[in-house]
Amino acid sequence: MISIFIKRLLLAIPVLLAVASLTFFLVKLAPGGPFDADKAVSPQVLKNLNEAYNLNASEWEQYVAYMSGILQGDFGPSFRFPGRSVSEMIATGLPVTFELAFYAILIALLIGVSSGVLAALKRNTYLDFIPMAIAMIGICVPTFLMGPLLVLIFGINLEILPVSGWGQLPGDKILPSITLGFAYAAYIARLSRGGMLEVLNQDFIRTARAKGLTEKNVVIKHAMQGGLIPVVSFLGPAIAGLLAGSFVVETIFQIPGLGRFYVEAAFNRDYTMILGTTIFFSAMIVFFNLLSDLAAMWLNPRSRDNS
Amino acid sequence: MSKSSTLWSDAIYRLTRNKAAMFGAIILFILILCAALAPWIAPYSYSFQDLELGASPPSAAHILGTDVLGRDLLSRILYGARISLLVGFVATGVALVIGVSWGIIAGYAGGKVDSVMMRIVDVLYGLPFIIFIILLMVIFGRNLWLLFGAIGAVEWLTMARIVRGQVIGLKNQEFVMAAKAMGVSNFSMFRKHLLPNILGPIAVYATLTIPQVMLLEGFLSFLGLGIQPPMSSWGTLIKDGVESMEEYSWLLIYPGLTFTITLFALNFFGDGLRDALDPKTTDN
Repeated sequence: MISIFIKRLLLAIPVLLAVASLTFFLVKLAPGGPFDADKAVSPQVLKNLNEAYNLNASEWEQYVAYMSGILQGDFGPSFRFPGRSVSEMIATGLPVTFELAFYAILIALLIGVSSGVLAALKRNTYLDFIPMAIAMIGICVPTFLMGPLLVLIFGINLEILPVSGWGQLPGDKILPSITLGFAYAAYIARLSRGGMLEVLNQDFIRTARAKGLTEKNVVIKHAMQGGLIPVVSFLGPAIAGLLAGSFVVETIFQIPGLGRFYVEAAFNRDYTMILGTTIFFSAMIVFFNLLSDLAAMWLNPRSRDNS
Repeated sequence: MSKSSTLWSDAIYRLTRNKAAMFGAIILFILILCAALAPWIAPYSYSFQDLELGASPPSAAHILGTDVLGRDLLSRILYGARISLLVGFVATGVALVIGVSWGIIAGYAGGKVDSVMMRIVDVLYGLPFIIFIILLMVIFGRNLWLLFGAIGAVEWLTMARIVRGQVIGLKNQEFVMAAKAMGVSNFSMFRKHLLPNILGPIAVYATLTIPQVMLLEGFLSFLGLGIQPPMSSWGTLIKDGVESMEEYSWLLIYPGLTFTITLFALNFFGDGLRDALDPKTTDN
């Protein structure tokens, strides 16, 4: 298994290099210079700016300088916020986004796994139908609609929860976390139901029951380990989705996280910020995919024995 | 051909007995009809402004009310349906063409070609594509055709995997070998022998891709990076609705309801189609 991990890690390096190079040259293709925006600047200022941002060097030199900067964790200066570096902005936004994503995935796992397992155990009863119907709603109501609806109900009409912010008012983390986690709770509920149904019909579960284990032990110790493998493999790709979701949630609730910075950078055409965050996001997602594949492999005895 | 027609007539029989799927199909049919006929059935033009009226709740003159500029919401939802459904279908079409060709070639060629092509799919799977779409929209401007292409270019991966799996299953069957022995060219092999036999899974997956594509478009438009005014899709209507939801909640609720119902209908129909064409596959 370690050899598979190392192999995948080694493959990830050229992939990330390719992503970084491709994004770099894509951004260079963008029409117009970064400084010919709203107000015209004098030629001298423009010259100084170009010098400060290393734009007078040939593209190849810029590329080499940028790539070697990345390897040292330096994503260059922001085009829009003079004096701030992209790395600095990532470092400010990332903890917030991580915290949000963590609560969201926690909510999703708690609700999703418990309702999915219960639905599988009580197949074709109301305990199966109702959670699965709610899960269908969770999949069909997009985050960008769910968020505003929750704000409308709990923030504006009932006035029991703050409508925006992060860590300023008590309870202002509840709505964003639920908004982001809800769709994943739905997916996880469906996945764990499907996985559990498959496992519950297998011989080793019948054996476990035949030797007189309590139902609780059968489910928790024997069935869930195999039944939840699909959930574990889903978590890696889910991180990518959570990230996209964080763009929306952080915009709706005005949370100063990386997702909102990214959307703002896209609006402001802050090319260095977009470039830096794109590469950073890619690296993060490649890493989490690797991690969740590894965890799923470790949970599955068949692939564990092979290596 | 008689074999395949039984498969399809069986499937249609099963589909018509699935209430949720038929419900979805009817809703979709009505929606497509409304979108196509929008210029004739919409009570007002989508850009007609009645500034004196401003935002007004649903009334007899404006069934779903009006927005801040006094534009009729029903008309805007009807015109928005054109864009939203167009993006859904066209981008899915792009994904279909890329995914099916990629999958057929990889599956049929096998060996090194297959492993390299599928490796590429694996690698692309692990990348945050939504970010690349945003990047493209920022760099090249927010253009409708670019949006179609970019979304389609992202959604083809699963299709390629499904098609490849199917083709590998078919490749060693006698009729394919017989056709090969008779010297059928690769192209007509794909078109006449392989493609007709994998239409079922393709149709199913395409139906299930449309709601994903529409969600993606809605997501981008909501962030202001998708469809640009004066054009409007359901995503932009929801975005506008959010901005004024505190006072005029109907501006959020009706476009949101339309969007959700459409996604429901597409998902129900897709699930039904899957069950009808291949009763063995289970819900995951």
